Amino acid sequence: MTPALADAYSLAPVITACGFGILIIVGDAFLPRGGKSLLARIGVVGALASLAAVTLASRHTDDAYSGLIRTDAFSLFLESLIFVITVLVMLGSYDYLVREGLPLGEYHALLLFAASGMAVMASANELLTAFVGLEISSIASYVLAGYRRTASKSNESALKYFLLGSFATAFFLYGAAMVYGATGTTRLDVLREMFVAGRAPGPLMLLGCAMILVGLGFKAAVAPFQVWTPDVYEGAPTPVTALFASGPKAAAFALLVRILVTGFGAANATWFWAIWVSAVLTMFIGNLAALTQNNVKRMLAYSSIAHAGYLLVALAARSEIGIAALLYYLVVYALVTLGAFTIITHLGEPGERRLEIDAYAGLGTRQPFTAFCMTIFLLSLLGLPITAGFLGKFYIFDSALKAQLPGLAVMLAMNSVIGAYYYLRLVRVMYFTEPEQEWTPEPVTAGVGAVMFLTAVAALGFGLFPGPLMTFATISAQSFR
Amino acid sequence: MDLAADCVVLSAILFGLGVVGFVFKRNIITIFMSIELMLNAVNLAFVAFSRQWHDLSGQVFVFFVIVVAAAEAAVGMAIIVLIARNRHSLNVERVNLLKL
Repeated sequence: MTPALADAYSLAPVITACGFGILIIVGDAFLPRGGKSLLARIGVVGALASLAAVTLASRHTDDAYSGLIRTDAFSLFLESLIFVITVLVMLGSYDYLVREGLPLGEYHALLLFAASGMAVMASANELLTAFVGLEISSIASYVLAGYRRTASKSNESALKYFLLGSFATAFFLYGAAMVYGATGTTRLDVLREMFVAGRAPGPLMLLGCAMILVGLGFKAAVAPFQVWTPDVYEGAPTPVTALFASGPKAAAFALLVRILVTGFGAANATWFWAIWVSAVLTMFIGNLAALTQNNVKRMLAYSSIAHAGYLLVALAARSEIGIAALLYYLVVYALVTLGAFTIITHLGEPGERRLEIDAYAGLGTRQPFTAFCMTIFLLSLLGLPITAGFLGKFYIFDSALKAQLPGLAVMLAMNSVIGAYYYLRLVRVMYFTEPEQEWTPEPVTAGVGAVMFLTAVAALGFGLFPGPLMTFATISAQSFR
Repeated sequence: MDLAADCVVLSAILFGLGVVGFVFKRNIITIFMSIELMLNAVNLAFVAFSRQWHDLSGQVFVFFVIVVAAAEAAVGMAIIVLIARNRHSLNVERVNLLKL
């Protein structure tokens, strides 16, 4: 294999996703008004092709493009997750887009561009690539947040996401500049070698590391930088919220792990306490704020903040089993949240009117399958045994204990109990409350039904048979040796 | 102090002004300009460090930042135009349908 071809192999998923995205935009210009649904099909095919291209990337697991990109088990794991999320989001959003009368072409193209940016973030080996990936995914996300152009809430969501996202990016970049000033490089593996060789981080380096953490903390929505999350999640179109809560969060955590473990891994005393404090704050703020919410989207937004806190606990363990637990939990959390938001999309009705928790009353008798799937998702988020969420929490708990962090482990358990209140509240409303006004939910369409079914199977399947996923996660965690 | 160090101090001041502007200004366009100021502070810091290390990769970084900032500005201005059209105001305090 020539070097140029080998490099192209390691970016195959990104190239495929971008190619299909461009194809959709060009196709949009030529297709007649009635034939736009073809674009949605091309979108799904494109996401599936990108997923298949991950196997191409696995044929060349090494540094590519002079060390700008690194393909290893970790990046393959996250790329697979990101493109699975993209396929599911596309399947779950078709009926929504038709119902709301939103254009199909740009939506699918933007989803593919956002996914390609996330894939770049997952395989970045240099702060420059990390920045470019971050921005490709962010800029597409800003547009997606404001996709309901005439809805004021959607505008507002886009504005807040855009302003705070750019602010965070500026912090990330200034941090990168400080790291460059302290060491003369922005390559993560070169930074790692410097620390392994015994170089102590100076003040400039610490400032850089702190600012990078602030920037990524915004993107991953961890405390104290989580303020924008509920507003943006509530205002964005629901299928886009499904994407935000799963894809960009996974990619931001991938980058966080990559930078902290590869770049600053040998100097982990510098960032350990920052992650510890942030984990505690994130868990408590997310769960306590979710208790008082009456809007389902907002409640799940706070729940997503709480789950980011659990992921930080796994990161604070600073061990291979910690990273494996983080990856396992990321998959489970992303799929389950995506399923839950798809159900919210499905029940939303035109203009997103049904979003209050009380609007879910009586769902158990009116649409048993939907209510059953929602229950599985909520129980998995809660972490009840048999569901995958339980094992995920157990692995994180275990890694925290093995890393001598009993305090974090206890707080994780406490937060699971607090979370039980608001998850079970929704379950209770669905099954044991009668609605004030009679209503019939719209029938489940093929796309939405497929997403609900697949994510529910994943939530139970990974809970009963965690073996294969956990093995893949463990191999991925070993990429950092 | 040499030139590179002076430039880094200047970039820190510009970045700080950008942060202050972002936090205290109420007009969306001004807030957006503050972000641009922060990004240009980053560029200045990169160029200064590039000179200090006699290494070109810092300057390459700057080109990427400039290009991405332009792309971001295009999307950002579109969002701001939408807000202005739907609400007839550019004051962030009136963009408050979603409670913070």
